Amino acid sequence: MFPPHFDYHRASSIDDALDVLERHRDDDPRILAGGHSLLPDLKNGRASPDVLVDIGEIDGLRGIESGVDVESDTDHGTGQTAIGALTTYADVLESDHLERHAPVLTDATRVLADLQIRNRGTVGGNLTAAEPGADLPAAALAADATIHVRGPDGERTIDAGEFLGADGSESALGERELVTEIRVPPSPTGGYAKKTHPASGYAMVGVAAVLEIDTETIADARVAATGVLEHAVRLTAVEDALVGERVDEAIETAAERAGETIDPADARSDDHASGEFRVHLLSTYAAQALERAMEVDA
Amino acid sequence: MTTHDIELTVNETEVELTVDSRTLLVHALREDLDYTGPKVGCESSKCGACTVELDGDAVKSCTVLAVQADGASVRTVEGFADGDDLHPIQQQFSAEHGLQCGYCTPGMVTTTKHLLESNPDPTREEIRTALKGNICRCTGYQNVVNAVESAAAALAAGEGESAPDDVELQTDYPTPGED
Repeated sequence: MFPPHFDYHRASSIDDALDVLERHRDDDPRILAGGHSLLPDLKNGRASPDVLVDIGEIDGLRGIESGVDVESDTDHGTGQTAIGALTTYADVLESDHLERHAPVLTDATRVLADLQIRNRGTVGGNLTAAEPGADLPAAALAADATIHVRGPDGERTIDAGEFLGADGSESALGERELVTEIRVPPSPTGGYAKKTHPASGYAMVGVAAVLEIDTETIADARVAATGVLEHAVRLTAVEDALVGERVDEAIETAAERAGETIDPADARSDDHASGEFRVHLLSTYAAQALERAMEVDA
Repeated sequence: MTTHDIELTVNETEVELTVDSRTLLVHALREDLDYTGPKVGCESSKCGACTVELDGDAVKSCTVLAVQADGASVRTVEGFADGDDLHPIQQQFSAEHGLQCGYCTPGMVTTTKHLLESNPDPTREEIRTALKGNICRCTGYQNVVNAVESAAAALAAGEGESAPDDVELQTDYPTPGED
């Protein structure tokens, strides 16, 4: 399987990348980071850009920083953790800081693909490609992440829900915009559980959960699913059922409501699993994700 | 169609070559440079037969463009042995019969090296998890896991030195179904 022909440019900086994107605006340019979503798409004909802009050597887009911008190294004063777009899954797993402050990302990354792919695939690429069944979109929604992008009109931040089209709309990422970093607020509680598709490694269904616990009571809950729809989605019925309840009593009844907000007729249905089955699986994996979140907190 | 002049360091030898934009690293290694250790299996980043070390990390070379690797250091399985002395991981794959047809072995050995560098004493479960991205169509996983365990022990005992070369090859294999 050969990719189609294209021109390749290696960008030396973000500005250089934006320049090349602008210059080739009519050539359907695509950004190449780790390549682990884009190259398979090129091989199987799902993408055929005339130009690839490789941002893989821009060191300012790599790394995990607490309280500062990855790129400019300046304090953003929010206590959030910034994850550079080119940070690999392996980098995420090596970060003790992330495991303490955003364990939902660590937990989702641990079961993502395999060792070689984790060495090469990037967080920014994962969220931009947002494959149905990719693990990080659910984790990013649950983590309440914001996506920082640069484009022709400068810098802006996009809420993970808008970026991922979690309400079913198009992604808010504009043409010729590139992701620079992902920021997550501190949250010591989080877990992820998935039914892995045995061949593709993607989630048939995956659920990410982040809980805010105030003396045994759930003060806030963010629960999101991947694999069940074409985009990641918040499971609001589960969230509503958790808030205000005691942690040791709420999980089972809340998880049972996971499928409530999704019509099986809207769910992804293919040779591997019907929409009905995917919705059916949600409760099981919601319960597991919530239990993992509790374990992390304990 | 655009071509690019790139430089790679393959198994500690610097090479220069010209590649198409779309040339995959595995094809550059095999066809332009004659390193046929990395195999072309699924070409879709699933089977791991093409696994090589790229700047020290095990990666699937079917999912890296050769031009992306410009300036990088690559190690293929040909770079594991020290002259005629096989690398301890290779010795243990041989001793434990961790291969049947051998097609997946270069990838298995490369991933094993990456695992043992970060986790020198893995459990069998950890070995299986690490090798998730390496598929063996002969289904010889049991002996592969044995080989990785033995390699971990050999590396720990020898501090990375080559193990003795009188590896005893196992000949009394159990009849399938017996174990």
